[in-house]
Amino acid sequence: MDNRIVCRCMDVTVEDIMKAIEEGYTDIESIKRVTGLGRGPCQGKTCVPLAIGIIARATGKSPEEVGYITPRPPVKPVFFELLADEEVEE
Amino acid sequence: MIDLRIHEHPILKFDRGRELRFIFEGKEMKGYESETIAAALYASGLKEFMHSFKLNRPRGIFCAIGVCASCAMRVNGVPNIRTCIAPLKEGTIVERQERRGEFPTNTVKKETKKEELETDITVIGGGPAGLSAAIYAAKYGAKVVLIDKAPKLGGQLIKQTHKFFGSRKHDAGVRGIDIAEKLIKEVLDNKNITVLTKTSAFGYYEPMTIGAASNERSTLYKIKTKKIIMATGAAEKSLIFENNDLPGVYGAGAAQTLMNVYGVKPGDNLIMVGAGNVGVIVAYQLLQAGVNVKMIVEAMPKIGAYFVHAAKVRRMGVPILTRHSIKRAYGDGKVEGATIVQLDDKWQPIPGTERDVEVDGIAISVGLRPTYGILDQAGVKLKFVPELGGHVALRNKNLETSVKGIYIAGDVAGIEEASTAIMEGRIAGLSAAIDMGLAGDDAVELREKVREELKDLRAGPFGERIRKGLEKVEVL
Repeated sequence: MDNRIVCRCMDVTVEDIMKAIEEGYTDIESIKRVTGLGRGPCQGKTCVPLAIGIIARATGKSPEEVGYITPRPPVKPVFFELLADEEVEE
Repeated sequence: MIDLRIHEHPILKFDRGRELRFIFEGKEMKGYESETIAAALYASGLKEFMHSFKLNRPRGIFCAIGVCASCAMRVNGVPNIRTCIAPLKEGTIVERQERRGEFPTNTVKKETKKEELETDITVIGGGPAGLSAAIYAAKYGAKVVLIDKAPKLGGQLIKQTHKFFGSRKHDAGVRGIDIAEKLIKEVLDNKNITVLTKTSAFGYYEPMTIGAASNERSTLYKIKTKKIIMATGAAEKSLIFENNDLPGVYGAGAAQTLMNVYGVKPGDNLIMVGAGNVGVIVAYQLLQAGVNVKMIVEAMPKIGAYFVHAAKVRRMGVPILTRHSIKRAYGDGKVEGATIVQLDDKWQPIPGTERDVEVDGIAISVGLRPTYGILDQAGVKLKFVPELGGHVALRNKNLETSVKGIYIAGDVAGIEEASTAIMEGRIAGLSAAIDMGLAGDDAVELREKVREELKDLRAGPFGERIRKGLEKVEVL
């Protein structure tokens, strides 16, 4: 078990990313989709820079080519009751 | 009973306010009204705050400012509360949760509010850049809404106890905490500025609308705005090593928040990873807080921090080991030590040079990375610029991005200092007011003056890297 954590929220390890690269995923958006990287409550704040470095070194791409992922709303945790509350029509 | 609260400090006085009682896993605990739930628990010696959702690994405080969610707990029956930014209240019931946490139990349906605000300018982030932007836009009559997720304004300035460098006219020699107080007072006294603290801006929606929420006040905000100034700052970078998620491994900024904002010692014996300005300054502040800093390790062949700062910690007996890095953290459920290793000229660990250092905390200071989330959602063009810390927005010299009406200031525009963040905030605030037609020639003239001052701050050899980075993005 690899104990080097890249994405804390989603428990993605260095090994998980290397495996995805071996499978042919070499940009960060695809790696996000196959590993779950950056999809947790913090939306990639700690893991993205680490992942960019790992992917760039493993693939020979420049960080610019590796790309970045779009943090999705809500970028900060919001109570469900605030978002899901039903409007009562008058 | 363990109490990690600092009672004597050479610079800070901790006014903790009223003593409060709360319940942690059935046990009555003591805390203070100025503390967050996490600060009170940490002060009592708790390290293991949660377990990770897939691998069930122990986690603890890592960022201490509501970025990472490694301190998520069940509070009054509601799971996934970031306890590091949740103010402690009398009688609060706190429990650890497993993984994602069970659904809320026995909760009475709360009254939730939806508020729609209309404003001229929305400033996201209440640090030095955001505060300055709000002040300078409001100066010319702009209606400003200022949003910050933290309970208190000031961003990371509220933990900067050191005196600032720079030229005499830019608060050189003044402590960050005092600059913060001044800016916060100006903002709170200004009738044109509506301040929403404990409020997270969570998304951008067309056209020019910000979604924000205050879980604290059970309120969802829809903010329709003419201009947006993004002053969202940055998050601390991390490092890859074995057990880099063990409780007791945290950002240097997190250590600084615990000790300088809440008066809680992050540990007894620490190792600092990274000898840039942040690492060395925080190491000094740890010593002031009564923490033993065993050593600072730095992967580079030389120390990145200003000479005076490095000399000061060395004089206090802290060795700085260059060409050294951390290989692993070890311990049962919490940090009990770090294995360090020497690096060769190609940054590779030299076999046989590993050695264990007994510590209960590992502070990481390997730089910061701009928080661009909402900018990206709005379609702002970003570029990877290592000199500025990572992905940053392209901008013109008025700090407007590729999306008309969206401006940037502070660390989100490129990692720099609080002094430059203040200048950028002023420029962005002035630009927004000018572009709305609220401010005339005098504001344009003032902006020119601020721009000159900013140029002064970036002059000289220390500004070289920043100047090089800015050349790549100041292209609009």
